[in-house]
Amino acid sequence: MVTRKQLQPVVRREERGLSRSGRIAVVLGLFAVVVFLAVFAAMAFVATEPPTVSFIKGHKAGSAVHLVAQTDGAGGTGIHPTWVSYQVKTPQSGKWVHTTLWQLPTNTRIDVTIYQFDSGGPLRNQQWGRVTGTTGNAATLTGTTFTVLNSYKRPVGHTFSVAALGINVPLAGVKTTEKGFCQSGPCNPGTQLHHTVTFSFKTPKTPGNYRFQCFIPCGAGHYAGNGGPMQTLGFMGGFLEVQA
Amino acid sequence: MSEHAGTSGRPGAGASTSSVAAGTARPLQDIWRIVGIWVALSIVGDLVFWFVAGPHVPPGDMTSSASGAQFDFNVLFMVALPVILAVWTYMGYAVIMWRASRPGAPEPIGGPRARSNLKVQLWWIVVTTVVVLSMFVFGTVELIVPAGAGGAEGPNPIWTPASKNVLPIQVIAQQWQFTYRYPTFGGMETSTLIVPDNTTIAFHVTSLDVIHSFWAYQLGVKIDANPGIDDVGYTTTNQLGKFTVRCNELCGIWHGAMYDYGKVVSKAQFQKWGTSTARATAANTKYLPPFAWTYSPTANGATGVTAANTSGQAPFSKIQTYGATTKAKKVVKNVQTSTTTITTGST
Repeated sequence: MVTRKQLQPVVRREERGLSRSGRIAVVLGLFAVVVFLAVFAAMAFVATEPPTVSFIKGHKAGSAVHLVAQTDGAGGTGIHPTWVSYQVKTPQSGKWVHTTLWQLPTNTRIDVTIYQFDSGGPLRNQQWGRVTGTTGNAATLTGTTFTVLNSYKRPVGHTFSVAALGINVPLAGVKTTEKGFCQSGPCNPGTQLHHTVTFSFKTPKTPGNYRFQCFIPCGAGHYAGNGGPMQTLGFMGGFLEVQA
Repeated sequence: MSEHAGTSGRPGAGASTSSVAAGTARPLQDIWRIVGIWVALSIVGDLVFWFVAGPHVPPGDMTSSASGAQFDFNVLFMVALPVILAVWTYMGYAVIMWRASRPGAPEPIGGPRARSNLKVQLWWIVVTTVVVLSMFVFGTVELIVPAGAGGAEGPNPIWTPASKNVLPIQVIAQQWQFTYRYPTFGGMETSTLIVPDNTTIAFHVTSLDVIHSFWAYQLGVKIDANPGIDDVGYTTTNQLGKFTVRCNELCGIWHGAMYDYGKVVSKAQFQKWGTSTARATAANTKYLPPFAWTYSPTANGATGVTAANTSGQAPFSKIQTYGATTKAKKVVKNVQTSTTTITTGST
């Protein structure tokens, strides 16, 4: 509660009064502060991005990088725990991190292992059933080498596709009806139903950010299946941050 | 306020009578001066533009539609330049020669120049009408004669190329990459757009999800990609080189990343590339939906849910005349892959 005594200094100030230009300056100043705060808040919201996992720290030049990731039907953490997501294992601690920003060294062979825990379906375009851009344009699915997945007979959960590098690997989906289906990530490759897909590729000599995405419209509930997690960093959209 | 100030708009215009007299004494001289300056500037400006800037105006001259777009822009610019110069010349002349402070300048209000002049008005209306209608006719002819000039004509093109030897290439847009199907080579699909030189190409553009736009910049081709629609556009290549393909319709957050590069190569190189790519992609081509002009975004199964061909074109008649079909079909049929193709299996 404000007392009369507390009000008195205010009254005296008012009696003294601000000039017209002074009042305009105060209003403009306050307006500028409000605009600044609004822009700052908006930028802070927009600029929020998932953490970056570095495969450069501790990497010996000339040796291959081993990148281990998993694709989950539901990430299980973060602001959208139900969204389909990648998780990647940090080379330093071995912990699963919910991110799709992966820092890789230039001109280096990357040996990738992806544990695919999500279910699948036919590709919207069977073109993405081909394996391209990897060593020998091939990958392995639970130990068997393949170059093409016929998604109409063997449902595909996701694709790991880096357009600028010509890389595309279809990741076969599991059946939700089978025992051990992982409902929410991070999933456990030791105990839960999954496919293991491996492949290798070489990072370019030129540093840069190379975008990867999934060509299965796995953004359920979004228009054409392509919204939400399909286009959001940290879920199915990401970057290979290739650095020297 | 004095009478002078009220009529002339400036105080102390005591010499207004003599000014008007001086100003009206030489109206023809002013007009001929303006016309002379304008004609000289227009000729110089148009010639400089045509010979110096014109050949570099985008999108260049890699195809008939690109060079057509460049030619049209240059012609329209050369028509527009004299109009702009007429306004600027008149304005500049008025500012310099008819300044109120200049001795002998006419009064700004009143006087013969401020009165309507039927002849001038008629000339103005006739000349501007002729200019605008000429540009309209020119633009329409330039759109019709080169078979749509690289623009989209929908599924039933009314302006088709004179050549009977047209190479069809299907452009399939999907968030966020274009792929290309070549019915000429057994319906193979690739992520790379390669086209032969000196060839008339029919781009059949469609989408599997949202609306996109296929914009092959240096080819002078821009065709909307709509799901369920076979949008057709034509061009004729006439120069080897690399070109950029961009999506030109905001199609989602990664719209800006939806681009790739294509190449115009010689016919021999194109045949070689097509045959080897058909062989390399054969293992997957047999699983693609049968070639159709459109594909349902929700199509599941190798049969492919396809829309009726409403273009009036038989998909393979023109391809056969191009001469690669038999060879490509044989390649696809007889392909021997040493790799494993997984078609069945359990989890």
